[in-house]
Amino acid sequence: MSTTPARTVRTGRIQAASAQRTGSRPKRHYGMHIFLLVMAVMWLIPLGWSLYTALRPVASTNEHGYFSFAGDFNFDNFVQAWTQGGFATYFWNSVIITVPAVLLTLFLASLMAFAVSRVSWKFNVTLLIMFTAGNLLPPQVLAAPLFEMAKHFEVPYSFSDSGNMLNTYIIVIAVNTAFQMGFCTFVLSNYMKALSADLTEAALVDGAGIWRQYREIIMPLCRPAFAALGTLQVIFIYNDYFWPLIFIQSGNRLPITTAINNLQGEFLSNYNLLAAGAVITVIPTLVIYLLLQRQFVAGLTLGSSKG
Amino acid sequence: MSSTAQELIPPEAQEPGGGRIGRTRGGRVRRLTGRDKVVLSLMVGIPTLIELALVWLPTLMSIGLSFTRWNGLDLADIRPAGTENYQYITQDYPPFWPAVQHNLMWLLFLALIATPLGLLLAVLLDQNIRGSKIYQSIFFAPVMLSLALIGIIWQLFYQRDNGLLNFILGTAGTPQAVDWFGDSSVNIWAAMIAATWRHAGYVMLLYLAGLKGVDPSLREAASIDGANAYQTFFRVVFPAMRPINIVIVVITIIESLRAFDVVYVINRGTNGLEMLSALVIQNLVGEGQVIGVGSALAVVLLVISLVPIVFYLSRTFGKENRA
Repeated sequence: MSTTPARTVRTGRIQAASAQRTGSRPKRHYGMHIFLLVMAVMWLIPLGWSLYTALRPVASTNEHGYFSFAGDFNFDNFVQAWTQGGFATYFWNSVIITVPAVLLTLFLASLMAFAVSRVSWKFNVTLLIMFTAGNLLPPQVLAAPLFEMAKHFEVPYSFSDSGNMLNTYIIVIAVNTAFQMGFCTFVLSNYMKALSADLTEAALVDGAGIWRQYREIIMPLCRPAFAALGTLQVIFIYNDYFWPLIFIQSGNRLPITTAINNLQGEFLSNYNLLAAGAVITVIPTLVIYLLLQRQFVAGLTLGSSKG
Repeated sequence: MSSTAQELIPPEAQEPGGGRIGRTRGGRVRRLTGRDKVVLSLMVGIPTLIELALVWLPTLMSIGLSFTRWNGLDLADIRPAGTENYQYITQDYPPFWPAVQHNLMWLLFLALIATPLGLLLAVLLDQNIRGSKIYQSIFFAPVMLSLALIGIIWQLFYQRDNGLLNFILGTAGTPQAVDWFGDSSVNIWAAMIAATWRHAGYVMLLYLAGLKGVDPSLREAASIDGANAYQTFFRVVFPAMRPINIVIVVITIIESLRAFDVVYVINRGTNGLEMLSALVIQNLVGEGQVIGVGSALAVVLLVISLVPIVFYLSRTFGKENRA
């Protein structure tokens, strides 16, 4: 929210202008603050309630009820969810899926984006439209054929204990990559298009081939875009509920976002544990949000800048 | 949170005319060496192959399978079925029309309540008020969460006996207590409110970026011409954000068609929460796999989603083709 000088000048002028015209400005300001405050409190309640429930041992809530301040507060539910609820495993599964999927998505999208934005040829726009449209489809449209494809794609049992691609991390990584690649290609190609042509023209004169232009000139210049997209994709894929739901059958291979739904069934009466599980699931996104907020927000708005 | 798309577009972009395409056309392609051609075809070929195999081929297969009868077991058992599946879902499949209705309600709720709320928050927070940054972080926080997790968090809030909402209403533990996610007459509204929690923050963020991009001189001119705050906003600022408006319209429609995670987490999309996307999955998993029916539902979903997709693509790439 760093205020640029231009912006301060602008708002200053407008405030001056409106102050001249309407005398009621301070009053409206007051109402606005109340409105925002009420909204903000309402916005925080669901998360706050989960955290509050998670911090109380089930014995306390059984004794005093959920709507009380009495009893102990500790991290027992978190410890229990992490060890007995299998959250350590689920969390690791999320890492196994998210890290390769994000790296692959960015790498493949950067190749494609380079080809359609820095080299001019016949099917540039057609391919870019195909990639962009692919990302906009509802995933449910592709679910049945992808499931059947994975099921009928036979591999040795030494590779996958199901004898096909179901129940493997690879299929989840591959489908996530294919699905997210469209969006990343779209954003990266816009970014690369905006880089001056002289950059690669000069390299051409020096006799640099396509690969060197990509690797040594364009890639380093795209770092800000990679930071933004990478952050966004980590959140997207970590938050993906659907693909593991379709492809993964053994509960202990599920990533955290999909697994938490099982917890809902297992600990039906223990809402404290369920709340702790929910809070644990939030923590990685919250950490990324706090550390890389700038990149995340940039990534979200990047896609919409070219309307 | 200050960095917006504008900041990320490199300075070189400011050069007018975008002369690059003109210069490269004819010039560069001829200068490609044999090795360059191999490298380029791999750069295009590998991602394109993945995209075709894992996105577009399955889409076409969905269309194909919707005209067949199949239990998903043996490929040899696929039988042609004509338009039977479509007749079945529209005439004899009880959840179909409620699902269409719920998808429509979801769209209207997001379009008439969640999106305007996000816009309102953006407009209020765009003025340099005290605490603007903190408010933005609060409203934006749910956007970081998966919709599945949002379903769980709201479940804790909505529960009949131990949920906070019924406690606030004073009905917790009494027979009047409403099971907000379980009661089929109210659960769609409860789920839409949970979805709004996330959608409004997303819309707020996009509009905050959009509002920063509006030329300040436009507002000034309007204010000098004697327009009040409302007139300035609705007649000048809002129309100037046209590109963002289009993106938001598309996002709102697509989100309402994709609404899956929340309802699936609550009760797998049954009992008052039927949605097209959830019906697709119900027909594909579980014991009675009816791939044909599931695919016919998927095609209905596809055809509806093509409307916003084509609208968006023609807006985005139309200009480029003409240029």
